[in-house]
Amino acid sequence: MIDKTTNQRAWFLVLPVVVLVAFNALIPLMTVVNYSVQETFGNNVFFFEGVRWFEQILHSERFHASLLRQLTFTGIILLIEVPLGVAIALTMPKKGPWVSVCLVLMALPLLIPWNVVGAMWNIFALPDIGLLGQMINGMGFDYNFTQQPLAAWFTTILMDVWHWTSLVVLLAYAGLSSIPDAYYQAARIDGASAWSVFRYIQLPKMKRVLTIAILLRFMDSFMIYTEPFVLTGGGPGNTTTFLSIDLVKIALGQFDLGPAAAMSLIYFLIILVLSWIFYTLMMRNEEQ
Amino acid sequence: MAKITLDQVRHSYLDHPASPDDWALKQLDMVWDDGGAYALLGPSGCGKTTLLNVISGLLRPSEGRVLFNDRDVTDIPSDRRDIAQVFQFPVVYDTMSVFDNLAFPLRNRGVPEEQVKSRVHEIAGMLDLEAVLGNRASGLTADGKQKISLGRGLVRADVNVIMFDEPLTVIDPHLKWQLRSKLKELHQEVGVTMIYVTHDQTEALTFADRVVVMHDGTVVQIGTPVELFDKPRHTFVGHFIGSPGMNLLPCEVIEGAPSFLGHRVETAEAVAVPTGARQLEIGVRPEFIHFAAKGLPVDIVRVDDVGRYRIVRVNHKSHTIKLVVPENVPIPDGKGHLVFDRARTHVYADGWIIT
Amino acid sequence: MAIELKKVTKVVGIDTHIHETSIKLEEGHFNILLGTTLSGKTTLLRLMAGLEQPTSGEIWFKGENVTGIPVQKRKVAMVYQQFINYPNFTVYDNIASPLKVVRRSRREIDKRVHQVAELLQITPMLKRMPNELSGGQQQRTALARALIKGSDLVLLDEPLANLDYKLREEFREELPKLFQDSGATIVYATTEPAEALLLSGYTATLHEGSVTQYGPTSSVYRTPKDLLSARVFSDPPINTAAISKRGDSFHYNETVSWKARGRYATLPDGPYTIGFRPHYITLKPNNTASISVKGEVVVTEISGSESVIHMRVGKDTWVSLSHGIHPLKRGDTVELFLQADHCFYFDENEQLI
Repeated sequence: MIDKTTNQRAWFLVLPVVVLVAFNALIPLMTVVNYSVQETFGNNVFFFEGVRWFEQILHSERFHASLLRQLTFTGIILLIEVPLGVAIALTMPKKGPWVSVCLVLMALPLLIPWNVVGAMWNIFALPDIGLLGQMINGMGFDYNFTQQPLAAWFTTILMDVWHWTSLVVLLAYAGLSSIPDAYYQAARIDGASAWSVFRYIQLPKMKRVLTIAILLRFMDSFMIYTEPFVLTGGGPGNTTTFLSIDLVKIALGQFDLGPAAAMSLIYFLIILVLSWIFYTLMMRNEEQ
Repeated sequence: MAKITLDQVRHSYLDHPASPDDWALKQLDMVWDDGGAYALLGPSGCGKTTLLNVISGLLRPSEGRVLFNDRDVTDIPSDRRDIAQVFQFPVVYDTMSVFDNLAFPLRNRGVPEEQVKSRVHEIAGMLDLEAVLGNRASGLTADGKQKISLGRGLVRADVNVIMFDEPLTVIDPHLKWQLRSKLKELHQEVGVTMIYVTHDQTEALTFADRVVVMHDGTVVQIGTPVELFDKPRHTFVGHFIGSPGMNLLPCEVIEGAPSFLGHRVETAEAVAVPTGARQLEIGVRPEFIHFAAKGLPVDIVRVDDVGRYRIVRVNHKSHTIKLVVPENVPIPDGKGHLVFDRARTHVYADGWIIT
Repeated sequence: MAIELKKVTKVVGIDTHIHETSIKLEEGHFNILLGTTLSGKTTLLRLMAGLEQPTSGEIWFKGENVTGIPVQKRKVAMVYQQFINYPNFTVYDNIASPLKVVRRSRREIDKRVHQVAELLQITPMLKRMPNELSGGQQQRTALARALIKGSDLVLLDEPLANLDYKLREEFREELPKLFQDSGATIVYATTEPAEALLLSGYTATLHEGSVTQYGPTSSVYRTPKDLLSARVFSDPPINTAAISKRGDSFHYNETVSWKARGRYATLPDGPYTIGFRPHYITLKPNNTASISVKGEVVVTEISGSESVIHMRVGKDTWVSLSHGIHPLKRGDTVELFLQADHCFYFDENEQLI
């Protein structure tokens, strides 16, 4: 046998992070798990309820409705932001002084705090005083996002696209700039059309970063809260009440801690499972 | 197929070139014959890749014209010049199969599928790629990928010229031999003009029928490998081609014969020194120097055995001379005398050959 | 003893990168690791440096077991194929960096940097930044950094691979001189047989994670232990042929035969393999025992003073390297002379007889 004189003390350096993660994630998560199987009427009195809350949530129409809204929203913004982001990245200059200008402009929306984004768009889209609202009404459309569900959805999606497409752009741009010039030259010589260049060179080489972009946008949009909350407050009615908004309404609005905890866990599991499916699907493609 | 003419071509990467150093390519006038195997040889930064890109149309020269068969193509983009290029690092379309990779240039040009199929199989046969036609291109080794890049050029029946930009950089030495002789074989088989850019003299000399040696943005000499070896026009060619390079010894010319530190050296013809020449040198390759009973007295400093032959370093006063001695030829002990091969000893004035 | 590997293996996942290897490298000399890409050269270097730990086995350095001691605590220097320098340091600071780490006095650093810079001919570049240098100068800077450290073990991983042909030639001549006085043990990985021969010293031939042979460079070249070592150490590639011995002669393809002489005369009948380097099969007969073989030319490559003829003989493809210019055409029949006394004879297990 060989003497392993390898120094193991390095593990001590990781300890603070382990403690931090425990406090940050594990302990709160365990608290939620604890709540999700109990009923409480305050005063720290708890009754064990088993899986009743889970059953209730899974069968509740309210949950189904907000889940459907959530999926629709995420689907729409992915369908818009990813192609749009790639398209913008493709039109950005590859060299020269304009590169940094473009990159800074692109990064700007990402630097604005989320609640500010919500507030900005709220004012921007107000039908009477907002620039956007006035413009749309001026064009002859009847537009009022505080009253009409369609207008509310339109505004929320527009806001999200404005806020987050930049992220896709930056990632796609990074992927594009890693392609050596020889590829473009070879394609020109081979007589490839612009579409072929995109399809057979740029897209395959961007795949890895796009995977990350889609995953990030998927998870983030699934957990979206601040912006629609500030913009529409989930309304009109419940039409923009996404999962996270619904969750807060139950937990804080109605103080149903048990069901809210159960819902949190279901919510968490949905994100985890979907992300995992997404990731494995895309990685499997990669390996082939 | 085409003859390629460069007519007063100059190129600078700067908008307003002022000094001669601003030109990556200085004035070039030359003709590349149809069906030739050319090598473009020179060190990094000598302008060889610039020249290649000018021919392929990836770069428009600042001045001058490029003609393919007397047709001016200076402003025609590379995809309409009917050329092919193989790059330093293999370029393959990762998501496609080997077959689709080879078929790509044909399909882009609307060639009927039937023809595509037979042509791809023909080329794959030449390149020994038949067995992997169905595989994904991304899974191949570096030399396999490089063959695909080459195949995409060969597959088109109408290519004017195939250009290689240091294509063996990422290939292992023993595969280099195989791939290089394959290229040569293919050239003889298909007869298309090939231009091979490299800094490696062995690759250049073995591949090409004619070698174009570049230095500092100019062409120093164009010639067959034998001409470059036996009679380099410039000391740079003498130094750059051959391993070790040519020996250069300062000399003065007395009555038409060069003299190295008082030792008379024989040349094939009498030397006529041009007026105004500042520096005179004798140039002789290590291969063309032998030990003899009489001649230039030298001390043997070091012998390096490199297998097939030995490189011997000798000193005459403060000058070092290198010579190459084959495996079965004895080397004297400590001291010896050198004789230069008279027909291959040349005299250079300010770098340029005078005899 | 400078560095010794004792029964070292390296396994990563299901891949064995290094099969059990024991090797004692010569102290204070150039030791060359010769092999193709992925033959395990870089892994061996990394094991010697302590950048990786062996899966099993021990590494001894100067009579001390250093297995498991991390690279920071060993006195090693490494130079890579890529020109690795600190991009935001001047050349001077780059070279000085190993001494600054160990807190030498400013005066000593200054003296040593100038010494080393002088040796590597980069004194005029000391104030420049690495990206303002040519490739050769960048690699000189990296070498200077390795040299100034005064390491007992210097590891060079294909340091010339990214340089121009002519620059490589210069470096090959200089390198042995540079390290001559340092007394350090040098381990130099390369894919090129010619480089090993020029650098001389000692050579280990590698094949798929195993050291096939180790010894003084010229003796490994002249007497390869087995066919694998001979293949690794031949550029152009070595030619091989399956032959058989019947009675007192060897037979090839039933058309060529020659008498078994000397120690080969007593070999038992049976199949053998011969290997011969391309310059031992030439267009002109050598005065020693030459065997005439006819072949068909595939392609001829002509360098300035030599001809490389690729040809087909029976079902074998051989390469011949002849002096002089012989522009043979594809399909020509050519008679070549093989120097029987420069053939390697291998038995059925591909071991040299």
